Order: sequence, then structure tokens, then C-alpha cells
Amino acid sequence: MDWRPTATPQTIRSRARLYQKIRAFFATSDCLEVDTPLLSVSTNTDPNIASIVADVRLYLQTSPEFAMKRLLAAGSGSIYQICHAFRAGERGSRHRSEFTLLEWYRVGFDYRQLMDEMERLINSLSDQKNQFLRVSYTDLFKQHLGVDIDSVELIELRNICSQRIPGTDSEQLTFDECLDLLISLLISPLMEGYVFVTDYPLSQASLARVSERNPKFAERFELYYNGLELANGFSELTDASVQRQRFLEDNLQRQKFSLPEYPLDERFLSALAAGLPDCAGVALGLDRLLMVLLELDSIDQVMSFSD
Amino acid sequence: MAFFLRVPTMASYSTNEFRSGLKVMIDGDPCAIIENEFVKPGKGQAFNRVKIRNLKTGRVLDKTYKSGESLEAADVVDIDMQYLYNDGEFWHFMLPDTYEQYAADAQAVGDAHLWLKAQDTSEVTLYNGSPIGVTPPNFVELEISDTDPGLKGDTAQGGTKPATLETGAVVKVPLFLEIGELVRVDTRTGEYMSRVKK
Repeated sequence: MDWRPTATPQTIRSRARLYQKIRAFFATSDCLEVDTPLLSVSTNTDPNIASIVADVRLYLQTSPEFAMKRLLAAGSGSIYQICHAFRAGERGSRHRSEFTLLEWYRVGFDYRQLMDEMERLINSLSDQKNQFLRVSYTDLFKQHLGVDIDSVELIELRNICSQRIPGTDSEQLTFDECLDLLISLLISPLMEGYVFVTDYPLSQASLARVSERNPKFAERFELYYNGLELANGFSELTDASVQRQRFLEDNLQRQKFSLPEYPLDERFLSALAAGLPDCAGVALGLDRLLMVLLELDSIDQVMSFSD
Repeated sequence: MAFFLRVPTMASYSTNEFRSGLKVMIDGDPCAIIENEFVKPGKGQAFNRVKIRNLKTGRVLDKTYKSGESLEAADVVDIDMQYLYNDGEFWHFMLPDTYEQYAADAQAVGDAHLWLKAQDTSEVTLYNGSPIGVTPPNFVELEISDTDPGLKGDTAQGGTKPATLETGAVVKVPLFLEIGELVRVDTRTGEYMSRVKK
């Protein structure tokens, strides 16, 4: 029986050092480390994220977001957490159903200020000073595919998928599924170094606030390194009724795709109604960050054991 | 015959069961998955990008599936059989346990015919009970049926010459080898490995 770790002793030590440096970074910048439960009676309704049911009435958390926002609403001030998160059915060289997140929230920040802080954090974790590029989601599609996602018709997007990605039956794909496929298979492989993709279309707003400058976009960003997605962040949505509406739409989508509908997190919605301070938050995948820092190709190489 | 169990016709595999070696039906043909890559933007739709080999034509192609989709299992099994003979049209194989015989046509046999020697064991791929592919053993020992006369004593020099083997395969062999000698060949590369003492 192969019982040995999939990570080398050196990689295991690198992970320990990474955690020490992260904690040192936040200790000197007025951000409190917190620990929230991994099990909850409610879970993420996002139709593209599947929860693992751990018990008759408990779900393993797909991220610590709802619990951390309840702390923020209770007046915690800026907080961070290093924890495991769980997503059913995700497995590959870059995915594990159980993975490690660094998630943090800055009270009074918007997503731009949070991107600035991410740059400082990542520079403090790596041996060199890195360059970070920022490009909007719309410009990314214009640059790499010559497509204006603001005006393109669904039929044209489907044609691009079928023609540029051999063996793809794009007739059944929705607009957003086409965008997901194109960014995953065509665009991200062309991205070099650290790139922040910013200002996502509203259909991909998730828990982000609508942009004040241009209401067609959400104040959301993702960080990539050489095409590997590392982090997702928002200027956080603080409006409880808009949030409830997005949850209900998620569950309608779930119904449409015959996916299980999840109970809404009413405690989270109540916290929003009580008042979430203006803040920005981001989740950074620490396993993937370790892959980048150690130049490894497979997530199994940075986790102590295979599943 | 435990090794001869048929895959139930209604069986299917969901994308999260995809792995290399899995046999599935794609566009009406039996195919083997060679590579499977899971791609997903954190907040977006997951896809499986797979490389497959069409087991009938041997062609390799790429396919994209939305995660959660499923494919029908292909009734494909690989079984070791003894090669018997070629009747001019078909290559005949036999299950050693039951003496049950199978006839494979030229398309199923493909290039494997260059390495088939009576009594040797090959892997025969059956689809719905009929041969669609033949994989010869990795190494075979075959007699040289034709080659230029050998250069006596020239065992150290590196030169080679073409030699036709008893099956019709042509391989490069060292200069000192003669007609009637037995050679060991790697069927995956078509390379001469060594001389075999009779």
C-alpha cells in the first residue's frame, strides 16, 4: 500500500513557511485571524459550485464567506482566515474537492485597494518583486479573440467555440458557458505572469457589488499567474434584498439544470440586513499559490496526501 | 468465464468517472479515453476536455463535455488470444481455454499483421463480440527469410542492412546476420533487439 506523502518534505516545510509569512503580513496590518465552522445547515447556492453533504442536515462549506461576513456585520473589523474548503466533483491536476483558502476582508476598501494589498502580500511571500498587470474582462476578450462581449450575439460566440476548440458541441451552451469555455481553454493559456482580470459582466457578478462607474459591470476581480487562476475578489455586495434576489435566481437555475436546490442562508441574509460595513474581500487558493511559488505542475505535489 | 463478462448495454459513465483507458461510445463508435483534463473557472461552468482514440479507425481526436454529462459505455473487451493462421482474407485467433475462434479482417488487424506468428499470443479487442483491433506482443522472435549475404566476422561494426522476416516485416539488422537466423524485435518501434539462438 502506498502510504507515503505526495508532497516532498521540502514542500511541506515550504507550506509551513508560507503560512508563517501570511500571518506575519496580517499581524502588522491590523487584520484579525478568525476561525469559522466548516459545517453549516446552509450553503452556497451558486449553480456552478456543488456542496458536499456531510450529514443529514449539514454541508461542508465551499468557502468561509457567509460566516466571515456575519463576523463583519457583528463589528469584527478586517479579518482573515486560512481554512479548508470543499467542492463536490472537482478533481484534476489543478483541482481537489478539498483545498486550502486564504480568505480576507478589508473594511473600508474597494476592490481596487484590495488588489493593491494583494500585490503587497504576494511580493512579501515570493523572493522577487513581481509585476502585476490589470486588464478588464471585456478587454481580455477583445485582445485575445477580437470579440466585444458587450455586443456579440450568442450564435457568434457558439461559432467561435466550435471553430476554435475542436470537438465542442456548442449548440447547448449558454452565453456565460461560452465565456467560461473560451477563457479556460483559449485565453488563460496566453496569459503571462500575474494578471488581474477585472470588471466582470453582471451575469458573472456572484457576490460582487455593481460598479458605480459603469453599471454594466460588477466590481469583481480574479488573479491569474501564467493562466492559473489563483484568487477571486469583490467589492462586497451589502444590499440584503439584492443578495436574496441573486440566491433565488441561483436556485431557479439549479431547478432548470436538475441540480439540488439549497436552503438560503437566512442568518447571512439577516446579517446583511443588519448592516455589513462597506468592504472588499478575496479568496486566494493557497495550494495553487504554492504550486506557483515552487514551480510545480500538480496540486497533489503541494498537498501532503492524495485523496 | 469471468474475463468475458459483457458490459451491460445501458451502462454509462458521467464526466467525473472519466479516466484514461475508459471505453465509451462517441458518435456511434467505440472509443478509448486517452487523456482527461478537468477545467473550470472558480465561479463558472466546469468542462472536461478529453483526448480519445476511435477504436475502429485508430484516429485520435479532442472532445469537450460539460461536467455532469455522461457517455454510454462501449461493450469493448481486450482478451489474450492465440494467433492461428491467415486464410488470405481473415486472420484467425483462438481463445486458448475454450478453443472458441474469432476472425479479424484487415482493418481490425492493421499493421499488427507484420508481427503475427502462429501460436504467439496477441491481445484482441472485441466490440460487441467482434474483433476491431489486434495488439501484438511487445517482443516477437521471427526468422529472417531474406537479406543480403552476411559479412563474416563483422560483429563489432555498427552497420545495418534491411532484412525481410517470415511475416513480411522489414527491419534493420546488423550486417553479420544470415537468412534463416532468428531475431528478437520490439513490435512497438519495429526495431531489432538481438539475435536469438535456435
